[in-house]
Amino acid sequence: MTDYTTIDFDSLAALSDDEVVTRSFVRDIPLSDGKTLALVTLDNGRDHTRPNTLGPVSLLEYAKTLDALKARASAGEIHAVGVTGKPFILAAGADLTKVAEIPDAETARKMGQLGHYALGKASELGVPSFAFINGLALGGGLEIALNADYRTVDASVPAVALPEVFLGLIPGWGGAYLLPNLIGIENALKVVIENPLKQNRTLKASDVLELGIADALFPAVSFLEDSIRWADGVVSGRIKVKRPNEPGKVERLVKWDVAIGIASKMLKSRIGSVPRSPYIALDLLKAAKNGSKAEAFAREDEALAELIAGDQLQASVYAFNLVQKRAKRPAGAPDTALAKKVTKVGVLGAGYMASQLALLFVRRLRVPVVITDLDQERVDKGVAHITEEIEALLGKGRISPDEANRLKALVTGTTDKADFADCDWVIEAVFEELEIKQNVFAEVEQFVSPEAVLATNTSSLSVEQIGAKLEHPERVVGFHFFTPVAVMPLIEVVKTPHTDDATLSTAMVTAKNLKKNAVITADTPGFVVNRVLAKLLGEAMYAVDNGTSFEVVDEAIAPLGLPMPPSQLLDLVGLKVGAHVLDTHHSAFPDRFYRSENLHKLADYGKLLDKDDKGKVKGFDKGALKLVSGGKNPLTADEILTRLQDGLADEVHRMLEDGVVEAPEDVDLCMLLGAGFPFQMGGVTPYLDRVGASERVFGDTFHHPPIKGVGA
Amino acid sequence: MADQAEVVFVDGVRTPFGKAGDKGMYWNTRADDLVVKAIVALLERNPNVPKERIDDVAIAATTQTGDQGLTIGRTAALLAGLPKTVPGFSIDRMCAGAMTATAMMSGSIGYGMYDLAIAGGVEHMGHHPMGSGVDPNPRFLSERLVGEDALVMGATAERIHDRFPQLTKERSDRYAMASQQKTAAAYAAGKIQQDLVPIAIRTEEGWGLATRDEMMRPETTLEGLAALKTPFRPHGRITAGNASGLNDGATAAILASGAAAKELGLTPKMKLVSFAFAGVDPEIMGIGPIPATEKALRKAGLSIDDIDLFEMNEAFAVQVLSFLDHYGIADDDPRVNPWGGAIAVGHPLASSGVRLMNQLASQFTERPDVRYGITSMCVGLGQGGTMIWENPNFNKKAKKARG
Repeated sequence: MTDYTTIDFDSLAALSDDEVVTRSFVRDIPLSDGKTLALVTLDNGRDHTRPNTLGPVSLLEYAKTLDALKARASAGEIHAVGVTGKPFILAAGADLTKVAEIPDAETARKMGQLGHYALGKASELGVPSFAFINGLALGGGLEIALNADYRTVDASVPAVALPEVFLGLIPGWGGAYLLPNLIGIENALKVVIENPLKQNRTLKASDVLELGIADALFPAVSFLEDSIRWADGVVSGRIKVKRPNEPGKVERLVKWDVAIGIASKMLKSRIGSVPRSPYIALDLLKAAKNGSKAEAFAREDEALAELIAGDQLQASVYAFNLVQKRAKRPAGAPDTALAKKVTKVGVLGAGYMASQLALLFVRRLRVPVVITDLDQERVDKGVAHITEEIEALLGKGRISPDEANRLKALVTGTTDKADFADCDWVIEAVFEELEIKQNVFAEVEQFVSPEAVLATNTSSLSVEQIGAKLEHPERVVGFHFFTPVAVMPLIEVVKTPHTDDATLSTAMVTAKNLKKNAVITADTPGFVVNRVLAKLLGEAMYAVDNGTSFEVVDEAIAPLGLPMPPSQLLDLVGLKVGAHVLDTHHSAFPDRFYRSENLHKLADYGKLLDKDDKGKVKGFDKGALKLVSGGKNPLTADEILTRLQDGLADEVHRMLEDGVVEAPEDVDLCMLLGAGFPFQMGGVTPYLDRVGASERVFGDTFHHPPIKGVGA
Repeated sequence: MADQAEVVFVDGVRTPFGKAGDKGMYWNTRADDLVVKAIVALLERNPNVPKERIDDVAIAATTQTGDQGLTIGRTAALLAGLPKTVPGFSIDRMCAGAMTATAMMSGSIGYGMYDLAIAGGVEHMGHHPMGSGVDPNPRFLSERLVGEDALVMGATAERIHDRFPQLTKERSDRYAMASQQKTAAAYAAGKIQQDLVPIAIRTEEGWGLATRDEMMRPETTLEGLAALKTPFRPHGRITAGNASGLNDGATAAILASGAAAKELGLTPKMKLVSFAFAGVDPEIMGIGPIPATEKALRKAGLSIDDIDLFEMNEAFAVQVLSFLDHYGIADDDPRVNPWGGAIAVGHPLASSGVRLMNQLASQFTERPDVRYGITSMCVGLGQGGTMIWENPNFNKKAKKARG
């Protein structure tokens, strides 16, 4: 048992002199029968674009406010306490900038303890406490509500969630104990573990009510008025609150451990065992089955101390900031005012990729999109494919019938390039061969205006070379998507030595209008994502060709915690494509990139993995293993890992020396968004720093100071 | 052609009235939110009214810009969550805005075009001070179409004192004090609160809840009133104490045809008998209720003696007194504003008409001895409006018992 009142939290407040403080204001609200509800409003004095956050100073003020209300309650002055937020926001949780600045493990522990100390007071006031979830409630924001006795939720809340696991944390201000004991273990697992790992999915108000997190839901138009009236009903006894999802005896005896077991298996298969926080969260949820709240809070304190002092959280916060902030203000982007208007789009090609691009452009830009190909048959097929996709969106209710009509009317096909004359953006997605791409650009240049942007979706060719036959190469830019185009959030915008600012700006603004994140790269082989992945796959194949089994290779690389092992990555991108990527990188950088003969054999053979009917991997294909056997110098897992780490450190270092991107942050952003590299690695460079690869290879680190934990 | 229909007042609500300006409780609350919350609460307490059956939403505002603009009847309907199939419009007759909305919706129901309608008004005089953004035609002055006092309401009220010297400042002050006292008594008895919609208000101390009118002064004394300044004339008679204040607030009411009310099982609080609007000299607009009432009585075939309750809007005490003198009614007649009036609770211009109706309707419920009542008010630029209502609860025996 921790006696939080004996802990001196001043050291935390001292660290926080620049905190944007979320104040706790109090006003008395008259209830029926002459009773009074003291309403606490959390408000940091900024507008909704700067949500309330909970740093040490904010938490201490909240604690002090609740202490004063407890005294008033015992004096009979107030009969209930409510907590709500400023417009649109309850609170967005802990102040992450503060979490990243914590100097030692002891301070880390205190961050958890202070949260428990402050938020926990809501259940010890001597009168009922209510949280009115009027808006965004994330992490500690939701835990404020969970620590209260009752909750209402505004039907229009944009998001309610416990996203901690997504960030390398755990819901450690009571969430990991209070939530399963409020809504049952299976629901709690969904909120604490599943949703954060599904691209940080959040709850809508109706979910919050259905799961049993809130006791009542009211429309936005009179949410606070209705909530106060409801609280009045509860205080006066007119309203009896029922909680059907609250776990009973049977659930605790039978379901609880089974649910944890299933979740644990699901976690291992989906994310491996490298990320710490999901497993710690799982342990806490398991332990929440029985025991006291005080014990649970103490467990959460220890867990937070470990995580906050560790490497993964620091890397995750770094990655989170990249995705949230740097992605929105891309490094090296010219003034958006230079961007040219895109009022009609031409797509060169009508194959699968071209159709996907056309669909994305028409959906997001809602301008005419014309596609072309060698013959009418291909063009018709491409247009038909796009139309089908639009119909499918309509069928799923994602777009209205009017919108579907509008989009279909915007898409046309032609075999006459003259129909491209008024396009101000032309993107090519034809066969990946230099001469073909050069020729289609040269052909279309005869028809379009000299200012029209010509973009190429090439992944392996030189963008400058593609524009070599043009009269106006300054309007050429690389615009490299990742598949599936509709889903993957990254575009590598490739700038050649000729690309002018207007073109580059147009590309950046267009990427944004397509709701993608763009990173500017130089026109070097593989740009960023493919170059890093080529290194990874090259090292994997190097080990295989030397006689290491695929199992050992996969196992060797597992400590990175990548979304999938190299063998599955090869299977996903396709063996032919994989072989081609290695080849192009090898020919560009023969000393550093490995070309695998075996991979070509595998590509010809066509299969590496043995899968069941549902596509689940059962193991390796025996024929494939036979094909690649025969190497004489197998590597150990340790050797493979070190070679990979050092190889990556070297390659990324060279990329930065050569100005492929502005900063290591951009490499990381690319890997996070374009290849799904995990937050706990911080993309790639924080990982390379913390495992010592950067020091080993170039005698320095990418980051100063390196992004790593303060140690336990 | 549709048949003529009976028109009934089903129910009405209002927000507490706030003090206009940055110190008032609604300074951080939008005008449209006030009327929207009133409509939402009104429909919530009348669950038998099918929202999709509402034929129109008429919302009045004097200044129709900013948060009172954008055709507020339509936007309020959308924001209140009414089905998109329900139309709405905005309407303006300054102080008589909500009364005009009620009258025009009643006309549409009476003519058989509508079955159900919402009428109301809003005025956020903090966000839209009186006269803001107006651009009077210069002909008003060059051709002396109106006196120079016409646009200054306090000055028009001073003119009533000029015309009727027997209406002294002392009588005005005494009437004003009585209004404060009657309102305080009505609050103490819980009579006003029954039609108030609590409003969440954002303040520098966090969220609060408006549950009472903000400007009431139950402690008012004659001495205190006598000491107040007369801002419209040196040594004049009109003061902040014997006039209504500058206020923020909103009202909303449900009107129905008698047949629709019956079909839906609604209990009408009042039946409409007649309404009328009339014009007078703009520079003495406060006497407008007299010709309006004359007209309405004539249309109803009633005389003033048939009226047992008067809900008069108290823009100025003297303007009510001029009406009472005209009809030979005593200043302290208990039939007149028994729960006080605008001098105590406030007068957010275009919203006030429905407040009068709410209070008359509530009194009808507890007074089966009363058959007819009127709601009446003066209007800027020389107008008056009167609506005469019949009590559905009227009971001859109760009237006899009263004697």
